[in-house]
Formats: sequence, C-alpha cells, structure tokens
Amino acid sequence: MNLIRYLKVYTKFLHTSLASELEYKTNILIDLITAILSLLGSIFLLYIFFQNNESIGGWEFKQALIIQGIYTILNGITNTWFNPNLTEIVKHIREGTLDFVLLKPIDSQFFISLKKITPSGFLEIILGFCLLLYCIKINQIKIHLSFLTLSLITIICSICILYSLWFFISTTTIWFVKTWNATEVLRSFLYIGRFPLNSFSFSLRIFFSVFIPIAFITTIPSEVFLGISQTWKILLEVIVAMVFLFTSRKFWLFALKFYSSASS
Amino acid sequence: MLKNIIEVKNLSKSFDISSKEPGLKGTIKHFFKRKTKSLKVIKDISFEIKEGEIVGFLGANGAGKTTILKMLCGLIYPSEGSIFVSGNLPFRRKENFLKNITLIMGQKQQLIWDLPPIESFYLNASIYDLDKFEAKKRIKKLSEMLEIEDELFIPVRKLSLGQRMKSELLAALIHEPKILFLDEPTLGLDINAQRNLRKFLEKYNKETNATICLTSHYMKDITSLCKRVICVHNGSISYDGKLNLLLKKLSPVKEILIVCKSEKDANQLENSGFNVKNKSKNEITIKVENHSITSSLKTILNNFDIEDLFINEPPIDEIIGKILIKKDHNV
Repeated sequence: MNLIRYLKVYTKFLHTSLASELEYKTNILIDLITAILSLLGSIFLLYIFFQNNESIGGWEFKQALIIQGIYTILNGITNTWFNPNLTEIVKHIREGTLDFVLLKPIDSQFFISLKKITPSGFLEIILGFCLLLYCIKINQIKIHLSFLTLSLITIICSICILYSLWFFISTTTIWFVKTWNATEVLRSFLYIGRFPLNSFSFSLRIFFSVFIPIAFITTIPSEVFLGISQTWKILLEVIVAMVFLFTSRKFWLFALKFYSSASS
Repeated sequence: MLKNIIEVKNLSKSFDISSKEPGLKGTIKHFFKRKTKSLKVIKDISFEIKEGEIVGFLGANGAGKTTILKMLCGLIYPSEGSIFVSGNLPFRRKENFLKNITLIMGQKQQLIWDLPPIESFYLNASIYDLDKFEAKKRIKKLSEMLEIEDELFIPVRKLSLGQRMKSELLAALIHEPKILFLDEPTLGLDINAQRNLRKFLEKYNKETNATICLTSHYMKDITSLCKRVICVHNGSISYDGKLNLLLKKLSPVKEILIVCKSEKDANQLENSGFNVKNKSKNEITIKVENHSITSSLKTILNNFDIEDLFINEPPIDEIIGKILIKKDHNV
C-alpha cells in the first residue's frame, strides 16, 4: 500500500519536474549538446593518455573505455537525480524551506532526494550504455545471465555509494549551513573514477578505496564487465554500498534533531 | 465544552548562538575560535488553545513567536517542557499528525515556480494520499472561496504576490487540516489582498471549525480575526487573554471631538471641567474615560449647543506598539 503511494508520488515528481524543465527548451538543447561534447572530450583525453602507452595499470585503451562507459552512466545519473536534488538540500536548509518538506506526511529523505530530475542527464545514461555495448563488441565479451546480473548489481551498488556520499555531505549542512564546496570536491573526485584504480600509486589506491571509495564506483563494475573481478571485491562493494546507505539514512534522521530552521 | 487541541506546559527552547566582533581581527578570531553561548529564546511558557479558536501571537521581531509556532508544528525540538497538539507530540512528526496540520509562511513558498499552481496542488494531493476526484473537488471549492479560479493555469512566476499567496494557501489547505499555523500570511500584500485573505480565513474557520494560530505585524489581521491574543516578550508570555480587554486596559480613554454652534459655546465647554486636549475656534477635543463616555455625552448634549461630534478610538497600531515594548500586561 505504502509502496503504491510512494510510486504514485514519484510519478507526480517526474511529471512536475519534466514539465518545469520543458519550460526552457533552449536550456535542454544546450545541456544535450554539452553531454555529447563532454563524452567526446573524455574519450579524446583517454586516447591521449594511451597514445604512448599500450596499457596503464594493466588496462588497455579498449578496456579503459568500459570504465569511461560506466562513469558516463553514473555521471548521467548524477546529473539527472543527484545534482538537482542533493545540491538543493543546502538551499533548503539555508533558506528554511526544508520546513515544508518536513511537514509533509511522506519520508523526507525520499522527498528531497527524488523530487526533481534533469532530463538531459538521460542522454548521458543512454550514451554510456551505447559505449558499453560498443565495448562488449571490441572486447569480445560474451553476454550471459550471471554476467548481466553481476554487472547490474555492481552498478546499482556504485549508484548507492555515490548517492550516500553526496547525501552525507549535504546533511552536514544542518550544522555547518554551507557545505557547497564539499559536494564540489566530491564531484571532482568522481572524475578520478574515469581511470582504472591500478593506474594510481599504492597510497592513492588506498585513499580512493578506503577514505573516499571512488574506486568501487567504476573500477569494480568494469572488472565485472571484463570478467576479471574477484568475488571478494564484488561482495565488498555490496557490503560497502549497504553500510553507506544505512549510515547516510541514520545520519539524516540524527541530523534532523538539530535542525533549527531559518529565521523568518 | 470545547476540548483543548493544543496544550503547552513549561516550554523552553535554547539555541547556541555565535557572536562576532567587528573588523578583520574579529573575523579572523571568529573563523578560528567561535564564541558561542546558549541563548534561551523561549522561557518557561504555558498555554492552552481550544478547538476552533483563532489565536494571535503578538510580539516584537525576535520575541519568539515564530519559534513557538515551529515548535507547535514539530519543526523544532523543545529544550524543556511539553507540547501536545491534537494528542500528539509534534516533534515526532507522525503521519496522522502531519495530515492534520499545515504551516503557511508569508515569506517562504512551496509552489513550483515555473508551473501553474494547479500542478503543485495535484502534487500535494498525491503526497496527502487524496485520489484525483477528491483533489479536483477540493481544488474547485477552495479556488472559489479564494477567488483564484482564473489563476490556476498561469505559471506561478507570472502571478502577483496576492495571487501567489492565495495559491500558497490553497496548496497548504488541500488536505483540509484541522490546525493552521500562519506565520505572517499577509506579509507584503496590498490592502485589498490582505482583506480578502482575512475574509477567507474567517470563512474557513467558520466552515471547518479549524484552529488557527496566527502571527502578524499587520494589526488589522489580529483585530479582525483573533478574539484572543498571546503577547510574547523576550521569549515569555506577557499577556494571554481577550484582545478587547487588553485594548481597554492599554487605552482607558477615548477622544471626543465636539463641533459647537459658536465659539462662545466652545469656551463654555472648555471651562466646564472636562479634560480638554485642544481647542480651536468652535471645535474642542476632550478626553473621556471609557466607563464615563455615556454620562459625559449626556451632559454635553443637554447643556451645550452642539453642531456635530465624533468619538475617536485611539489608533490600534499605537496601542499594539505599547504591547510590543511592555513586559507585563496583567489584566
């Protein structure tokens, strides 16, 4: 019953935010062109890196393209859902409009995480999938059910980790009021996810695995794609994703106790 | 006998506030080491509100009115004391509690800026789990009451402030809440828009018996809607009772402007023992205590040749102004 109600509300969210975005046709067109140019630019950059090296950190160019594909899908999801919603949390708290969210008889985390979408991000998701399909062809990957299931699980886990990290940082706004820079730093770190984890030094690998688990986000799903991932890594990603999701949820509920609303 | 819908007992709220010295030195000090102190903004207040009552919260800026409203609707955790709103602890924000209340803030909006208000209404309807038919019925009824049927399909950004505020009200009332918390709902509206909004609130209260807690700096909002007021001064309640009793207490005299037939009559009246405020030619203004108005008027009409007379109420804003700066108004 509750699930149906939340689905109905989400359908309304989709409808209203699509209608809002479609009010500005030129903006959507610019966003779409930016998405295409951004992907082309990233592939070109990757190509330059591989021009004088056949492989970086054990990854060939055609394999590294898988990471780029997964990164593009995640970036598309970021631009479609995370960016329009999670950056708004800071605004909601600074301006006190979180009051309206908290007084709705609906889960506040659901509301502020999913209320808006930016449709141009969908193109990035599609482009990312197209790139992955191309990678399947050039890397001669055999598609079977377990491959598809594991790929899907690891990509979903990556989305959960990225969401939780972002949401966690945004939640700290309740105490610090302005944490815009922190989310920008997170986005910058995400760019690192375009490169294989092995291409970094040992200390950086530890940093990007333990402290800011960007490595989990793109490298492990890519390894699954290539069939070179170890089971423990996949399990670790699933555990990390669950811990992150659970912690970010608890942290949000804890933080709300300190919400003092903005003065009128 | 009407039951209490809001019960507040020994409620206090403290905030940690940081202070900063002026200048660059102060800014650097503030950046590295913040001096924070706990400030008690609400101090041990208690009151009860009955079902269907309209209560005005009066007080200067920063007196604590909005903080009280926000604690009542569950946005802010109280530091001490207890609050019960329709039998619930507000800060738990249980679903059935949230479905019974609404908060309207004159300076903040929840409508989707780029879309017509009707889209926000249907969004809110789905959040409050109303089916499309019921939502349509309520939108029709409320838009007629608010007289905004024509504005439903115009993007919010193109609406005037008054039309926007009415739409905000509709969005906030679509779930037919039993308790309305209104924080300066007429802020920035022109006189006609203010009057229309007041008329609507009065009608809504009569039709639904909803309880309304209202803060406003426009005295007309308070005087035309609230029989009872709670005066807040520096976080404490300085008066809780009927508005007319407070006004009588704070303004015990009325002014009577008397236009006499001749200057001679005016001179006679001046020397007949009344408290004269001023006199010019055949016009004279006297001050009379509220309880002796009838007898004074009788004396004047029986003994002097009068052309016209006017009884002036002291400006309500002036009286309320006194409330905002005075600490105690025990009647």
